[in-house]
Amino acid sequence: MGRYVARRLLQMIPVFIGTTLLIFLMVYTLPGDPVRGLFGDKGADPATLAAMRHQLGLDQPILQQYWNYMTGIVLHFDFGTQIASGRPVTDVLGDAFPVTLRLAAMAFLIEIVLGIGLGMVAGLRAGRLADNAILVFTLLIISIPVFVLGFIVKSVFAFQLDWIAPNVSNDATWSELIAPAVVLGSLSLAYVARLTRTTMAENLRSDYMRTAVAKGLPKRRIVGVHLMRNSLIPVITFLGTDLGALMGGAVVTEGLFNVKGVGGTIYESIVRREGTTLVGLVTILVLVYLFMSLLVDLLYAVLDPRIRYA
Amino acid sequence: MRGAKSAKWVAGAAIIALAATACGGGSDEGKGKGGDSGKGAVNANGIFSVEVGEPQNPLQPANTMESNGSIVTDAIFSQLVDYDPAGKLEMINAESVDTKDSKLWTVKLKKDWKFHDGTPVTAESYVKAWNWAANIKNAQTNASWFADIKGFTDVHPEDEKAKPKADAMSGLKVVDDYTFTIELNNPLPYFAYKLGYTVFSPLPESFYADPKAAGEKPVGNGAYKFVSWDHKKQIKVVRYDDYKGPDKAKNGGVIFKNYTTLETAYEDLKSGNVDVLRQIAPKDLPVYRSDLGDRAVDKAYSAIQTLGVAMYTKQWKNTDPKVLQGLSMAIDRDTITKTVLQGTREPATGWVAKGVLGYQPNVAGDVTTYNPTKAKALIKEGGGVPGNKIYIQFNADGGHKEWVEAVCNSITQATGVACAGDSKVDFQADLDARDAKQVKSFYRGGWVLDYPVNANFISDLFRTGAAGNNGFFSNKDLDKKIKAADSAATLDESVKGYQEIEKELVNYMPTIPLWYYKVNAGYSEKVQNVQYAQDGDPILTEVQVKK
Repeated sequence: MGRYVARRLLQMIPVFIGTTLLIFLMVYTLPGDPVRGLFGDKGADPATLAAMRHQLGLDQPILQQYWNYMTGIVLHFDFGTQIASGRPVTDVLGDAFPVTLRLAAMAFLIEIVLGIGLGMVAGLRAGRLADNAILVFTLLIISIPVFVLGFIVKSVFAFQLDWIAPNVSNDATWSELIAPAVVLGSLSLAYVARLTRTTMAENLRSDYMRTAVAKGLPKRRIVGVHLMRNSLIPVITFLGTDLGALMGGAVVTEGLFNVKGVGGTIYESIVRREGTTLVGLVTILVLVYLFMSLLVDLLYAVLDPRIRYA
Repeated sequence: MRGAKSAKWVAGAAIIALAATACGGGSDEGKGKGGDSGKGAVNANGIFSVEVGEPQNPLQPANTMESNGSIVTDAIFSQLVDYDPAGKLEMINAESVDTKDSKLWTVKLKKDWKFHDGTPVTAESYVKAWNWAANIKNAQTNASWFADIKGFTDVHPEDEKAKPKADAMSGLKVVDDYTFTIELNNPLPYFAYKLGYTVFSPLPESFYADPKAAGEKPVGNGAYKFVSWDHKKQIKVVRYDDYKGPDKAKNGGVIFKNYTTLETAYEDLKSGNVDVLRQIAPKDLPVYRSDLGDRAVDKAYSAIQTLGVAMYTKQWKNTDPKVLQGLSMAIDRDTITKTVLQGTREPATGWVAKGVLGYQPNVAGDVTTYNPTKAKALIKEGGGVPGNKIYIQFNADGGHKEWVEAVCNSITQATGVACAGDSKVDFQADLDARDAKQVKSFYRGGWVLDYPVNANFISDLFRTGAAGNNGFFSNKDLDKKIKAADSAATLDESVKGYQEIEKELVNYMPTIPLWYYKVNAGYSEKVQNVQYAQDGDPILTEVQVKK
């Protein structure tokens, strides 16, 4: 087990370098120059452009820029500065992540509780009315684009009923984040419910379930321990990657509800060609993904005793 | 909140509040009536909020070029002069700005002005600030504004590798505490107007110790004092009680609230969470008048959108301007502004925008009037469009696609010339193609006034080598006339000279004028006397908060 974890951690290093390098190169090959972009229709004099590029180190060869950048991150936790605003990227990220973290946590909670709950109800009653109702409901959610859903939530709850403020204020309190979290979590919720339902319905017919019933175990134990443990493996896999996706922020949902999180920051960095900010963000997200997938793999062993990591 | 406006580029309707839009600050006195005649009791210390995106740059006056930053720097810094909506110059921090030959200018400052940190505003505060901003080492985006001043090339060499030869421009001399002189390279009758632009702000001594920190917590001499900047959330300024300028704030302060999209800002306006908007999202344009009643704003400001002609292409290099005149006549501006643009623009009739000194209506005559028959005839006369197909380059992130298509359809229907939009992924890529001379035939150009003199719409766009001349138009005759107008003895003569030049532009067609911009905005029930300046920004100092 320990050796397995160590091996996985070592494997992260090339993945980490590969992904960050790719993103770095992608950003810098985009057409358009962030420094020139500051001047707009006005045009800029070459001397000022050159001076600004030099200050930002943009006049060095690309691989050297990458090397300087990565060593800065690894050795001093220095993510560089933004081109336009001159703010340290760590500040920018420090502003964006806490909000997204809260939003993601809430969406994730909604996903787990409602998704698995609905999935269980449907799975245990496969083929009956409740099952069909849940299938139709989740299909509906999956097929509605997220901005439509957000808009519906806003117009019904904010403008018609006046229960919520239409937009999240600058404090981004927990109560304000409920609406965007529901919108954000709804799509994954539908997937989780369907995934849970299918695996449960399948496992209900398996041999070890028949044995458990034959042993005369109480229903709670049959479903809770024998059935759920095994059925949750694909669900956990999905949830793990989904948490990574949630941490990456949601451009559409954040924009709709005026949430100033990671999604908006990513969008803005792309538009303004803020390479350092973008790579910094992605670096953190890559780490999140890598650790999530490690965690998911380790959870398999917990859920299914047949899986052993030597 | 005065000061001339800025270098701006109009990148179009912000899809998201952080998309680049025009930049600028505001200027003018609240003359004339505010938008509403509601005479509510006024709370002189009331604080109101304005929708603004996160400023791109630190809040340094010489580094602020886009609208989200300049509206804030204009509130915090005052300049020597400003101008009213009629384009008349008024003295703010200056007692007088005089010149005999338009080349040597003498500035006398009002005494007893203080920065927000209590230090006095002296001639040195100005001269040192300008020298600092012009110096290439400090890489300020607006440094080129000082190019008129003698000795600019010593501190800001043109060559990319060169080091500055001096620390100060020889043209700036401090005479005594409240007097300094500015010597220009060449006479420039309208130079005093330029002095109203943010870049000519004074800086306190504390700025130089740490310019970066000063950009985060600016200390200025303007009507408002900086309080806090909560990045991506809000910027707060409060009224500076010792302010000596004529444009003292009629409210207690301003909160610049950051919104991710114009749609969310509009929703918040309706629910009373924000007081003043600068723009309305396209989605809400059809309903905003009925939603807001007399709190809806719809007013032209000094900005124009054009089709820039890429003069270096095979297509236009040696083509008779008659062809361009014909294409211009094939654009049904009236219909397009009313339908596709939902009344947010006004058909242009010339190259200089309204509200600018020397604006002349209908200067282009027939050329900006829709007339398919004449359009066809002119194109034929001029030898036809080479390749019989034109492209209009635009940035896909600015909401331009619809009108570009409409213009294309209009041209094709009227003249049979094929026309297609050439979409660049975003504004950066669009600018890249312009700089690299890769525009296929036309590009979308926009210009918001920097200072309210017609020269700004002619010299800065069509002079050979002008930074804003993205179509690389060049004509010796025109350059000579521009020089002549610049060296005229008086401002009036200079403006007249430029008016003559504008009349002649029809014969060259360096760009095809499309339409003037309008402010479509609104405000909440909490405020009154909300007016908008020539650059489309609300005049903050005039806003009154109701009790």
